[in-house]
Formats: sequence, structure tokens, C-alpha cells
Amino acid sequence: MRELLRKIRATGRVAEPAPERPDTAALDPATAAKARELAGSVQVRHVDAGSCNGCEVEIASAFGPVYDAERYGARLVASPRHADALVVTGPVTRNMRMALRRTYEAVPEPRVVVALGDCARNCGVFAGAYGVEGAVSDVVPVDVEIAGCPPPPEAIVAALRGLTGR
Amino acid sequence: MTPAGALGAAAQVVLVGAGSPLLVGAMRQVRARMEGRAGAGVAQPWRDLRKLLRKEAIAADGTGPLFRIAPLVLAATALVAAAVVPIATTASPLDGSADLFAVTALLALGTVALALGGLDTATAFGGMGASREMVVLALVEPTILLSVFALSGRVGSTDLGAIVGSALHRPELVVSPVSLLAAVALAVVVIAETGRIPVDNPATHLELTMIHEAMVLEYAGPDLALVEWASAMRLTVLLGLFANLFAPWGIADASGAMPPVIALPIAMAVFTGKVALLGGALAAGEVFMAKLRMFRVPELLAGSFVMALLAVAASYFLA
Repeated sequence: MRELLRKIRATGRVAEPAPERPDTAALDPATAAKARELAGSVQVRHVDAGSCNGCEVEIASAFGPVYDAERYGARLVASPRHADALVVTGPVTRNMRMALRRTYEAVPEPRVVVALGDCARNCGVFAGAYGVEGAVSDVVPVDVEIAGCPPPPEAIVAALRGLTGR
Repeated sequence: MTPAGALGAAAQVVLVGAGSPLLVGAMRQVRARMEGRAGAGVAQPWRDLRKLLRKEAIAADGTGPLFRIAPLVLAATALVAAAVVPIATTASPLDGSADLFAVTALLALGTVALALGGLDTATAFGGMGASREMVVLALVEPTILLSVFALSGRVGSTDLGAIVGSALHRPELVVSPVSLLAAVALAVVVIAETGRIPVDNPATHLELTMIHEAMVLEYAGPDLALVEWASAMRLTVLLGLFANLFAPWGIADASGAMPPVIALPIAMAVFTGKVALLGGALAAGEVFMAKLRMFRVPELLAGSFVMALLAVAASYFLA
């Protein structure tokens, strides 16, 4: 315990200084209206619809101490009922199509869907594969897209800040 | 019911109702800072509640009235407990009826209501969380009763206001072995009852390790807001009860010379400081600890029960 305390004191704050607030004009008006209703608090439920786990690693670091997405009011939660935003990664596989649809329906309004990564946006390298149903927008309406394979944590944090407005 | 008691109760309800989300925010902030994060700010739980109240209320398919009533019962019992527990004043508006047993039963009523709500969803995790919460409740309630019994013996009353008032007039009682044993026992059960590490982890995402969180997985929108607000109030009330039983200084004394108009604001400020300190210490302690295995939790709680039993025994031998 003493060693841990010493480590905490020696390490201090590892969160990087907050970058400039991203331009919210990039959001389309309907999403911007939903984001205003959420007013600085966005609970995020992550759905892996068939991802290779590259995007999951980047989400983990976006919510880790260095990028600390929680300081902008975003928080990962355990249930879609608690969520305001669904963050979907990967191309939607046949087995996950119904699960994603039901998860979306379990989220109370106003709800936002974030397609995270190239696979979620347009199936990426998995386009045309036999187990792939389609992109996320083929199954549920998508409000925000984050490009990249995988997208860097900065991009994830910037997209979430667009929703929390902080 | 005296005017001073009514005023005090109103002040307590407002203080706990408005301040408890800030306490949760402060505890998260302490934790974030120790983990090297920046933290979302002390007001974040209030932002979450404001947003949840605006959201659509969804009741899961197949749930009945129990599911809808449970958050209301939980919040109502927490508010009544906030009114009658000596937080800012020892003059309770319901003196004589709202004693130790009533407060413990109120807290248990809220827990049982939420457990029934969790069962009503008929999901695997709801039932699992409810059964675990009942295990913890069955072990926690006797310890709360016993540890406060140890303090009530010397007063000859189970009235919480009288117990706190007696410690105020005879400060030497606070450092007696009875108090110390009871304090250790009560500290463990407060942690267990409020679902903090090492008994439960309020920030967990792993359904298999959840206790409190598993019961509320199906709540959404305003219902979830009520549950979270009530949980924060229960945490504040229990921490405040603990603080005032073992360090009562600053509380407005019912038999004191100071008029309540002056004594109450002082008492509220002192109480805020005490609870913030306790909450900060609890959050800081959590950084150093992992959650216990579920099967080890009864051992921990049985240990605290033995402490409480020893405190009661000591109170008779030393009296």
C-alpha cells in the first residue's frame, strides 16, 4: 500500500491537457438537437457487432487516464437502458444483426448511434465477406461516424465531445 | 413535534437531497485524481440526473407495478431517513417513533423494494443481483442494530437523537473501547450497505460481479434518476449517521442554548465538512483495494458482526 501511495504521488496527473473544443457545426441539425438535450452528460454503451478488437483497444485508451474522455461528461455504462449513445464497432455480422437492433430499441429516447471505425461505416476490409450483413447504417440509423482503422483515441474523444458539448 | 424539530428536519432533507449527488461527484473526483485522471467535476452526477429526468421512461416488457413503484419507495424511504436521522440537529420531528429500529427498517424497506423491482424484470442478472443484495442485507441489518445498541446502552434509549446528544455532553464516551469497536463494525456495514468496494463496485461493467448495479440494469430515464439519487442519499445518510455517532461535535443540540436559527447553519456546514471528509477517505481507500470475492463477503460481514457483539458485551461490562 505504501508503495502504491508513493507511485501515485510520483506519477501525479497523467491526463493530457484538454485540446480545443471541437467544432460542433460538423454535426447535422437533428443530432445537434439531441446533443443539446443531453446537456453535458452522455452515457455510452459499447456494442461490438463483429469488430477485430482494434477499435476496442482505442476505446479503452480513450477512456483511460491519458485521454480521459470522462472529464467531458461521457461515461461507459453496463446497460443500454442507462445509455444515451450506442458506440458500435465492426461490420454487423449475421449473428449480431438482431442483437444490435434489440440493443438499439432498448435505449430510451433521445438516443444517438456512433459508428466507430471504417468497418462500422462501410464494412472496411470485411466488405463482401460471407458472415457480414452490412454496415451499421444498414441495421440502425447512424448519427455520428468516426473514420479510421482503427480511429485514434483523439478522434474518439473529439466525437464524444461533440455530443457532450464540453 | 417542535418548531425547532420541524425546521431541522426540513433543513436536513434539503441538505441531503441537494448535497448527496455532489458527494458522489466529489468521491468520483477524488478517485479520478488519484488515478491520474482529470475527472468530470463535482457537479457531473447532477448533470446526469438532469438528463435522465428528461429522457423517455421505458418499462421492460412483462414488468408490473412493482417495477415502477420500487424507485419511488427507495427514494421516499431515503428522504424520510434523511429527515429523522440526527444530521444537523438532535431534535427530530418524529421523536419517539423514529428511533434506531425505524431508521434501520426504513433502509431495509428501500432495499427490499429495489430487490423486488430487480426480480420483477425476470432477467438473469436482475434476479442474481436481488438475491445477492438480500444476502448482504441479512448480514448487514443485525450489525447496524447491534453496533448502535452498544452506544444506546449508556443512554437507556434507542432514540438516535438522544444517543448523539449524550456523546455531545460526555465527550469521554467517544474514545471508550465500546465506541471504537462499534465504530469499526459500523464502518464495515456502511460500506457494505452503500455498495462500495470491497463489497460491491459501483463503477463495474461486469454483470457477473455486480450486486446493486445488477438490480438496476433494466431501469431507464426518470426511474433510473430516482434510483441513483436515492442511492446517493442513502450513502450520505449512512455516512452522516456514522460521523455524528462517533464525532457529534457541531450538531445543533436540542437542549442547547443557541437558537436553532443560528445553530442550524453552523451544524449544516460542519456536517458537510464531516461527510466530505469521510467520503473522500472512502474514495481514496477504494483506490488501494480490489473487490472481494462474493463468497468472502459473508466472512467480512460476520467479522463486523462479532465486533458489534463485542461492543455490546463491553458496554455492559464497562458500564
